[in-house]
Amino acid sequence: MFDTLILILDSTVRLATPLLLAALAGLYSERSGVFDIGLEGKMLGAAFAAGAAAAVTGSAWAGLAAGILVAIALALVHGFACITHRGNQIVSGVAINFLAIGLTALLGQDWFRQGGRTPPLSGDGRFTNIQLPFAEALRDVPVIGGLYSELLSGHNLLVYVAFLAVPVTWWVLFRTRFGLRLRAVGENPAAVDTAGISVTWLRYRAVICTGILCGVAGTYLSVAQSAGFIKDMTAGKGFIALAALIFAKWKPVPVMFACLLFGFLDAAAIRLQGQEIPGIGEVPVQAIQALPYILTVVLLAGFIGRAVPPKAGGVAYVKERT
Amino acid sequence: MTAPLAIELVGIDKRFGSVRANKDIDLKVAKGSIHGIVGENGAGKSTLMSILYGFYHADAGEIRVDGRPVTIADSQAAIALGIGMVHQHFMLVENFTVLENVILGAEGGPLLAGGVARARATLKRLAEDYDLKVDPDAVIEDLPVGLQQRVEILKALFRGADILILDEPTGVLTPAEADHLFRILKVLRDEGKTVLLITHKLREIMAITDEVSVMRRGEMVATRQTAKTSMGELAELMVGRRVLLEVEKQPASPGRPVLQVENLTARDGRGVDVVRDVSFEVRAGEIVGIAGVSGNGQSELLEAIAGIRPVRSGAVTIDGTRLDLARNPVDAAAMRRHGLAHVPEDRHRMGLVTSFSEYENAILGYHRDPAYGRGPMLDIGAIREAARAEIEKYDIRPPDCLLRTAGFSGGNQQKIVLAREIERDPVILLVGQPTRGVDIGAIEFIHKRLVALRDAGKGVLLVSVELDEIRALADRVLVMFDGRVVGERAPETDESELGLLMAGAAQEAAE
Ligand SMILES: Nc1ncnc2c1ncn2[C@@H]1O[C@H](COP(=O)(O)OP(=O)(O)OP(=O)(O)O)[C@@H](O)[C@H]1O
Ligand SMILES: [Mg+2]
Repeated sequence: MFDTLILILDSTVRLATPLLLAALAGLYSERSGVFDIGLEGKMLGAAFAAGAAAAVTGSAWAGLAAGILVAIALALVHGFACITHRGNQIVSGVAINFLAIGLTALLGQDWFRQGGRTPPLSGDGRFTNIQLPFAEALRDVPVIGGLYSELLSGHNLLVYVAFLAVPVTWWVLFRTRFGLRLRAVGENPAAVDTAGISVTWLRYRAVICTGILCGVAGTYLSVAQSAGFIKDMTAGKGFIALAALIFAKWKPVPVMFACLLFGFLDAAAIRLQGQEIPGIGEVPVQAIQALPYILTVVLLAGFIGRAVPPKAGGVAYVKERT
Repeated sequence: MTAPLAIELVGIDKRFGSVRANKDIDLKVAKGSIHGIVGENGAGKSTLMSILYGFYHADAGEIRVDGRPVTIADSQAAIALGIGMVHQHFMLVENFTVLENVILGAEGGPLLAGGVARARATLKRLAEDYDLKVDPDAVIEDLPVGLQQRVEILKALFRGADILILDEPTGVLTPAEADHLFRILKVLRDEGKTVLLITHKLREIMAITDEVSVMRRGEMVATRQTAKTSMGELAELMVGRRVLLEVEKQPASPGRPVLQVENLTARDGRGVDVVRDVSFEVRAGEIVGIAGVSGNGQSELLEAIAGIRPVRSGAVTIDGTRLDLARNPVDAAAMRRHGLAHVPEDRHRMGLVTSFSEYENAILGYHRDPAYGRGPMLDIGAIREAARAEIEKYDIRPPDCLLRTAGFSGGNQQKIVLAREIERDPVILLVGQPTRGVDIGAIEFIHKRLVALRDAGKGVLLVSVELDEIRALADRVLVMFDGRVVGERAPETDESELGLLMAGAAQEAAE
């Protein structure tokens, strides 16, 4: 029983990682007042770029760099449309999602001719699992062995990066000048402007942070979790991350718990697939997979506290109406 | 005049699209003085000051600070030149603490820790020096507006402002708070700082400024030494015609009761009773004023009677029809059918949809009136016709019923709401803060309209935090404190006696 639990938790961590990276990515942008439903597209674009670069160079690190660059580029497109040209943030986000789906499929087929996949990665082309010190030695110690050697040890680098990004984001947001300004510009950009700070530049920097983390999230999918890019491999993770962000009321630490919860539901769904539960019968997997969305809707309807988004979110900052 | 100039503006010009908000403006402000700026709504006062603060860029013209020509590219540049501004609409981040708001943009380093500690010390010193006490860890949205304004002033002083611009600072303040503010401004002036004060209240100009400049329709029409001018002259310069500063009215002749309120109790959003067991009546042909410091339940009382706020207990009778609001809640539309009209306090939040055209707002809440359409269809022609008639009758400017309501100045927006409610010929009109942020020309007009409504045999319930306004308009004055009506007085009652009642003195004496 304990071992099963550890196994489920272990896959929870793996499944929560891309959600966590994407949700934290969204947090930077949305806290600055730029809503971003294009997390999915940026992740997909990054996953493809990372998979392609890693396949060509044979280096996971080159993949990571390519993934981050592509995600930043897509983030800047979003920024250019919404910050500079005051376009509609939802429309721009949707456009980026479509762009990413189309381009990754098209370029993938054109470059590699493997039905939209990138060539399989191996060796240095992937981020492989890291064994923490003493993991082997402690493996057989009861409880601690399971927790430490199975659950904490043996993940790839990007998993640790994702969970480390939580305290880092918290620290940036609440302990640095950039974080203070970022939170302020999402609530009242005019206050930031009259304090002599450029609203545009600040929001661009936020959007770039979003790009970086989306890049890591996409890279995780194609270069760490799997061995190569597969068409549409994000499969709605960007939207679940968005749901987690809302569920966590745009706060870093709750974002982590929300992602773990959603990751756990996913892990449980996989585990329960085709299994009979005594008294209930076979649980439809779809029901569990829908839970993150249902929970978010319940939250938005106001049953579990209230999710108040950044006040200036979704609207471009317009100083002079002409 | 020999005093050195703190600020000199030469030929400032500014357009917003087709609107020329500032036309070739010259202004000289002496160092160490308090300089007032007055003008009607939309005259361009805020625009001019925002240009000086680097928030907008002038299309043409020159700015000199302390005699040197400067270019103010953004607010950071203005702050560096020692200019600070308290905006008409506060520039605060509502869910931040006081301290966070104060240091925003002046954090003193990439990490907050050191700057915060230093700011806390500076804030403490400023609070003591200028009697500007605010809890640095309080969250802005929990503070009353008077304290929020202190935060704005602290923000400017924290950045070392030598020239302080205040844009309509007293619009939201109680008389006592305004007095306090003026004492601070005088201290600042005596220290050699320069203050630019925009206000609609000529009494304040006369009381505190050294010089005053008048703007009209984007132009600077005159600058006077305060000692050598009068309220009458300033009013005339502002509006371009003679203005009555006093309300002319005959004694009331009250008739049957049109609004009776019995033991009304209502709660605010947090579930606290803010209207407690209030009873009174308003008769036909009289104006009953409710005085009180803002936040003592007057707003909620109006909303409860208007059917917007749920009532916990009590009843309301309109023109003989008794409505037990606690047991059978009645919505705002039904209240209107009973003959009640309501000019809400906050015209932006509750009175208008500012992205709608004027004519659409002119029938808001009355759109089911058969005069405006059949069944689900609206008769746009008839609606515009009616809107144009109201525009003419109420002198709403610009006279264009197709214009988006956001494009009208505050005073004209207020007239749109008043026209809509008064022209429906109600038996009882509820009005909250009818002249907040409105210029004297429009105030004169609005006051005349309310008195005319009274003389036509209607009842008016007026809530205002402007004691002057209550005393000028009302036939009877009720004072509210802490959710209760603590006394009724004649409008002629001594201002200080009313002030004491408003401050809850009667309450304390009784306890
Ligand atoms: N950001 C803006 N974009 C477009 N037009 C504007 C803007 N700000 C002001 N205006 C227009 O410029 C004119 C001057 O406005 P301004 O706010 O300076 O007037 P004001 O004298 O401060 O009036 P009030 O007493 O109502 O505050 C008005 O016609 C207004 O509609
Ligand atoms: Mg103004």
